[in-house]
Amino acid sequence: MPAAEQVSPVVTHAHEATPHDPDARGHFGEYGGRFMPEALIGALDELSAEYDKARLDPAFTGEFARLLREYAGRPSLLTEAKRFGELCGTRVFLKREDLNHTGSHKINNVLGQALLTKRMGKKRVIAETGAGQHGVATATACALLDLDCVVYMGEVDTERQALNVARMRLLGAEVVPVTTGSRTLKDAINEALRDWVTNVEDSHYLLGTAAGAHPFPVLVRNFHRVIGEEARSQVLEQTGRLPSAVLACVGGGSNAIGIFHGFIDDPDVRLVGCEPGGHGIESGEHGASLTEGSPGMLHGALSYLLQDEDGQTKEAYSISAGLDYPGVGPEHSRLKDTGRAEYRAVTDDQAMQALKLLCRTEGIIPAIESAHALAGAIELGPEIGPDGLLLVNLSGRGDKDMETAARYFGLVDE
Amino acid sequence: MTLQALFDTTHAEGRGALVGYLPAGYPTVADGKRTLTAMLESGCDLVEVGVPYSDPVMDGPTIQAAADTALRNGFRLADVFSTVETVAAAGGRAVVMTYFNPVHRYGVERFARDLASAGGLGVITPDLVPDDDAGWCAAAGAAGLDRIFLVAPSSSEERIALTANASSGFLYAAAVMGVTGARATLSDTAAETVARARRHTQLPIGLGLGVRSAQQAAEVAGFADAVIVGSAFVTAAGESEAAVRALAGELAAGVRGRGAMTSTVGK
Repeated sequence: MPAAEQVSPVVTHAHEATPHDPDARGHFGEYGGRFMPEALIGALDELSAEYDKARLDPAFTGEFARLLREYAGRPSLLTEAKRFGELCGTRVFLKREDLNHTGSHKINNVLGQALLTKRMGKKRVIAETGAGQHGVATATACALLDLDCVVYMGEVDTERQALNVARMRLLGAEVVPVTTGSRTLKDAINEALRDWVTNVEDSHYLLGTAAGAHPFPVLVRNFHRVIGEEARSQVLEQTGRLPSAVLACVGGGSNAIGIFHGFIDDPDVRLVGCEPGGHGIESGEHGASLTEGSPGMLHGALSYLLQDEDGQTKEAYSISAGLDYPGVGPEHSRLKDTGRAEYRAVTDDQAMQALKLLCRTEGIIPAIESAHALAGAIELGPEIGPDGLLLVNLSGRGDKDMETAARYFGLVDE
Repeated sequence: MTLQALFDTTHAEGRGALVGYLPAGYPTVADGKRTLTAMLESGCDLVEVGVPYSDPVMDGPTIQAAADTALRNGFRLADVFSTVETVAAAGGRAVVMTYFNPVHRYGVERFARDLASAGGLGVITPDLVPDDDAGWCAAAGAAGLDRIFLVAPSSSEERIALTANASSGFLYAAAVMGVTGARATLSDTAAETVARARRHTQLPIGLGLGVRSAQQAAEVAGFADAVIVGSAFVTAAGESEAAVRALAGELAAGVRGRGAMTSTVGK
């Protein structure tokens, strides 16, 4: 066995079937499925078939593992946040997805799907982005693998994340501001789907989260399972024990499902998803679909959804563009109903205070998304106590959020 | 007043049926009812009453904007039933076209029952496929509603057979790969998709997406049983009732094979 494979052997297991997989039509219990136009069913079938072949093909899994190791920089570190943990009243470990190339966990899924795009013989990639993390990661993978790339981004988000727009354009992607609906992530996905149904022959829709129609939820989850598999072996190696709880932020839910899967069969490990509570649940301005929503269809799957009594999607709100989404991946809906995972809402203010605290105690600037999981750790810490251990998925770095943070904390002179 | 009876008539007359689409509540509920009635009086054989929805992924800019307007003006789901009731009371035939979440949220059985009581004949479901139908086929069947599913140029033979088999009333063939919106020319895939579907079903086949002129309507009526026009009616409704009546009249001439003599409407 080549030495390189011994460094991160976990990667190749992430494509294997698990007892938690959906049925052949993509149902996680009552959730998931394919509520999509017939025109796209052929492409979804093609993607399912190609992935089913690829996941068993060492040429594919080997190339994916190689890119994660030699390009994305995996395995990512597990860092104990000692000073932060002291303030939480428990030990806290951070899974450092912020150290990956492009600055977040998004690169895992993007490299996997870009390789699948090549296998399908398609030349063009469509993506949506909220904060820009997924858009930047997609533009990066397309540059690396010589694919044309168009990224749809809500106009509100192109303003919040102007630097990421420039970054994507520099990488050669076309960025299209979306001016319909709430002009955020949900509308960017609508526009990406309209492009896909028109250009499906030569284009792959590289969805950035573990939501949408089958096979996206299982596909995206499997490309992120590496996070949980690495984290489990790292925490065992560094502490000799499993964590009391694993925390991750949940917008669509891709980083959360990726790290949760490493511990899903460890019944004593609590899985805690932190949703965007925005201005507070009672304000109605939030993105907490699991906490406050009800089952409905959006973007191809049945899952918890923020909707009104007529089934119209409600607009989500979060200070974090990457969590500003009224839906959530269907596997999270099942985990909520079975009780295997628990979900709680974290407000903008809680997230921003957690962000600042991590900066001041550890010298790490997290993405505002990831700061929601840190706020969850602050809340949970006293309950877990000094003998416990919290594992937080630090899904991304905060450079992209500097403008928002500067405004929030009043750090720059007007 | 069934869809079957409609197609028996148009077949006997040797012509295509004209189907016109308008979102309910556009621009207001009362205006929508008036426009749909005008469409039926001026040449439409059947109207598709659209349900304005927050996330219409199959629609182009014209219908998206109309749905937004209707929702901003206070459209509620119950208005679709009163709209259908008005059309039916005036002697018109109506089916509903809706994305599926509003139906799911309302309750599939309750929706089917309430639509049937309002006099609706069936439902077109652009984001529902029969192999994952969330209980819709059974509910529609129990209420006596026709289930109109879509086939697309990208549908495999197996999927066309499956879709046709689950459909009743008529089968909706998408003319092109893409979203709704008037197009200058009819794509080559339109006739081919209808021909492929014919091999799997005896059901009448309606062709939609991109038709806007009498000439196109005449061409489509040459190979499909119904010509479905959406965005062009929405645009006309944004102008005036006279524009709606003129468009319906021209398209009605088109489906009777007289399109070549009529000037192209819409710009």
